[in-house]
Order: sequence, then C-alpha cells, then structure tokens
Amino acid sequence: MRDIAHARAGDKGNTSNVNIWVYDPDDFELLKRTVTPERIKREFPRLIRGDVKRYVIEHLRGLNLVMGEALEGGVNASLNLDTHGKSWSYLILGLALDDGEPGAGR
Amino acid sequence: MAKGNGTFRIGTGAGFSADRLDPAVDLAKRGELDVMVLECLGERTVAFAHRDRMADPRRGYNTLLDRRMRALLPVCGEAGTVIISNMGAANPRAAAERTREIARELGLKGLKIACIEGDDVSKSLGKNEPFMDEPGTLADIGRPIVGMNAYLGADAIIPALEAGADVVIGGRLADPSMFLAPLMRHYGWTKSDLAKLGAGTLVGHLMECGMQITGGYFADPGMKDVPDLSHCGYPIAEVAADGGAVITKLPGTGGRVNEATVKEQLLYEVHDPAAYLTPDITADFSRVTVKDLGQDRVAIANAGGRARPEKLKVTVGFDAGVAAEAGVSYAGPAAGARGRLAAEIVEARIRKIHGIKSPLRVDVIGSSSLFATAGKQRADSEDVRLHASMRTTDRGEAEMLLWEVESLLCCGPAGGGGYRGAITAAVETKSVLIDRALVKPIVEILVT
Repeated sequence: MRDIAHARAGDKGNTSNVNIWVYDPDDFELLKRTVTPERIKREFPRLIRGDVKRYVIEHLRGLNLVMGEALEGGVNASLNLDTHGKSWSYLILGLALDDGEPGAGR
Repeated sequence: MAKGNGTFRIGTGAGFSADRLDPAVDLAKRGELDVMVLECLGERTVAFAHRDRMADPRRGYNTLLDRRMRALLPVCGEAGTVIISNMGAANPRAAAERTREIARELGLKGLKIACIEGDDVSKSLGKNEPFMDEPGTLADIGRPIVGMNAYLGADAIIPALEAGADVVIGGRLADPSMFLAPLMRHYGWTKSDLAKLGAGTLVGHLMECGMQITGGYFADPGMKDVPDLSHCGYPIAEVAADGGAVITKLPGTGGRVNEATVKEQLLYEVHDPAAYLTPDITADFSRVTVKDLGQDRVAIANAGGRARPEKLKVTVGFDAGVAAEAGVSYAGPAAGARGRLAAEIVEARIRKIHGIKSPLRVDVIGSSSLFATAGKQRADSEDVRLHASMRTTDRGEAEMLLWEVESLLCCGPAGGGGYRGAITAAVETKSVLIDRALVKPIVEILVT
C-alpha cells in the first residue's frame, strides 16, 4: 500500500485513528477495496480488539480508520515500546493491495 | 492591529511539551506575528505535572518554561506579538509568577501577564462520575488521584486578551481554543457565528502540533521527501475575516507545506470528521477544501460547525505505580535465536520463579517488537535487542525485572551485552465529563 498511499496515526485514550490518502486519484477505488473495517479486524485480531469504523472523505480522496481498543491500554498503560501507536500508520501501509489477485487483500 | 496584507497572523512556537525552541525564536523575529501559540500539554504531560506539583508546590508547570520565556519574551515584546500558552500545566499561577520574574530580570517593564486558573476541578467532581468512553466510574480507580483538569475554551481566554495581556498562561486550555480566542477577539466573531468558529477551530487544529504540518512526522524517503528537516520551520496561519486561511512557513527554513502535509494533519487524532468536539464548538471538517498554492502555501476553507458540546471533558490523572524497562543486545550469527531464548528465560524467571503477576511484555527488537501483537512475523536482523517492560504498583517487582535482565549477562545466552534498565514513575489517565456551570475560569493580570 505504501506505493499508492500515505498515512498518519494518532491516539486518544485507547483508540487509534489512521488517516490514509492516495497520491494518485485513480488509486482511490483500489484503496477503498484494500482498507475495509472487516479486513483490519481479520488481519490484526490480537491488536485491534474493538470496533473499527471507516470514514470516507470522497473529495480529498482519503479514509479515516478509527480503531477501538487498539492501543494495548493507551499511551499511559501500554507495554508496547510504541505506547502511542505512532507506527500503526505503517502497519496499515504494510497491507497487500486488493488488486483482485488470488489471496491479495483477503 | 493585524500586520500582514489584512490577515491576522498566528504562528506556532511549540506543538508539544518537548518541542524545539530555536525555530520558534526565528519565527518570532521574522514572522510578523500577531500571536504566537505555545501548545505544550497532553493527556500524559498534565498528569506528570501534577506529580511535580505534589513534590514541590512551586513546580508543576512546563519544565522548559524558563528557557522558552527567556528566549521569546524579548523578541515577542519587540515585535508586538502576544504569547498564548498552556505551559502552566498543573500550576498556572506559579508559571505566571515565574514568567514575571524572568521578565523583570530581562528588564521588560510594563509587561502584562495573564494567568488563567479554574481548570482544576478536583474539588467540584463527585466520586461516582462515570468514565466518558468506557464502563466504570472514578470510584473504580482505586489508586490515588493526582489531578483533574477540565478543558477550557476560547471564552476563558478572551477576557485575558481584552485586558491587554502580552502573555497569556493557563493550564488545561484546549489546544485549538488558544488559536480561536485571538481570532474571535480580533474579528469580533461571536458564539453564534458557527461557521467562523468552525473555521478558527480548523486553523487551531492544523496548527496545534507545530511542525506536523510543515514536514515533521511526515518524511518517508523516496515517497515523501522533505528538504532540510534539521532546520524545519514552524507554521504560520494567515487568517482572513471570514475564517479562510493560508498555512505557510518562513522563507529560508527547512520542511514543506503542501496538500499532503495538510491532509495528514487535518484528521490527526480526529474520529468523526464531521464532529470534532472542542469546548467551543462541534466542528465539521468533512467538507474542508485544501488547495496547494505552491511555494509552501496551502489555502484551507469550508470548515463548518454545530453547537458546542453541553459538557466539558476532564482529564483525571492517577498514580499508577512505576514502569520498568530493561534490555540486552545480541548481534551476529543467530542473534535472533539467542534473543528469543533470552526472552523465554526472563519470562520464566519472572512468572514461575518469582511468581510476579503484574503486566509484563518481552520483545526482541530487530525480530518482532512494535508489531508483535499485530501478528507480523519478520525476518531476523543480525542485531537484535531483548526489551522487557513491566507496569506495577510494587517497586520491588520492578527492581526484580531489572535484576533478572541484567543477570542475563552471565546466566543467559552467549554474547549478550549492553544492559540498560530504568524505573520511572507511572501516571494513568481517564476521561470524565463535567457540567459547564461547575467550571469557573478566573483571569488575573500580573504586571512587571
């Protein structure tokens, strides 16, 4: 995904949000296929424990993923080296694109 | 009193508690600013500030206040730039008094320093207040509470500006409100101008993290290159009377302002883009337009807003004991296997031999650490580090963790070196809501 999109992670309490934007408008449909709440829950069941919501910002060609119970307790409680989950943006950007090939994005 | 081409110019001179100072001095000197905001408080830092205050009633404000004020008071005074900051943290009174001392030492006469208090609501909240976003109440915490701070909005800051303050210092002033307040005052926006309050809140939201909109927290070599990050400039917002704004930075500074840096910050720490809650407004960023004008200038417009939330958010900090961290490194052939063996040994020693049940996590950096719970298996590096961390209310357990990791030097896998360990005080936070009527901001002016 890093080839087509850029992203930034933020934290509030135990909720993580990652906003994601495509470089090329033509890739926006591919991004929407690739990043779905169902897939995020499926890929990271031990880390992303709560509900995942996805907001679509059509005119700026971006997504905002809001992931509940996703920070191992939050910045003041987490035992992860990255207590803020700043690196979660690259967790998402590390996903394989759902380009219709068998196995991709599933 | 606006200084540049009819717009009101606000600069950010700190976007978090430990932010850089030299670019702030440069911006204050050359930015022709009406206002410089120093945003220095987070959920974590306010709680730690309360601990500092408990240890010494003269402390509890931002530990970099002295350095920041010494460097910025003279240049902002010369430029006629008002400073607005939440560096007061858990002790705005002490921060304002210290600022007055520094101003006197610098020979700045007639400087007006406004101190905003009233965010400390520890005497106003009951024991059974429910948490804002999770089950339970304050009574369930079961640990000593160190501080309770309500988020204050623009209406707490405007009276300080009306009194002619040169420096405004508060505690838990909401980040975007420090930008919105001077805009409301300058342009005469009222509480019913919801679109303008939304626009001013958007400016504040984009600016509050400082360099996160001028190329910081952004660079990714080969994909998102940023020039000269070691000289990155802080942002400037040129805000028009209708709330439309251009985000830019000083010529000759490093960094970059473009559509991508602005979009990443637009939804930073935002959940529903149509409902960003502040003490001033329910802001709507879902239809914001972002237009790259080139040369590090980006125009933003079309923020909206609905009525402000009925209640104010309160951050409650409590003593959570200590956090312990310790590590040992392994390098060369099979470093990953030796690091993982070390991790197994530490877990067995802590859990089985010592019977410690506090939360413990052992990672092998260079093999699997940040994404370990995400289930991502990576190829091993030949340079790995065991990293153990524990949270506990029993300091003896924390000391045992450090002892066990250090003991790996003689008792663990081959070739382990570079032990380091540290125990730090831990504060946890929860959020509750409070009725606005129970929060009474007070402004006092100190004059040098």
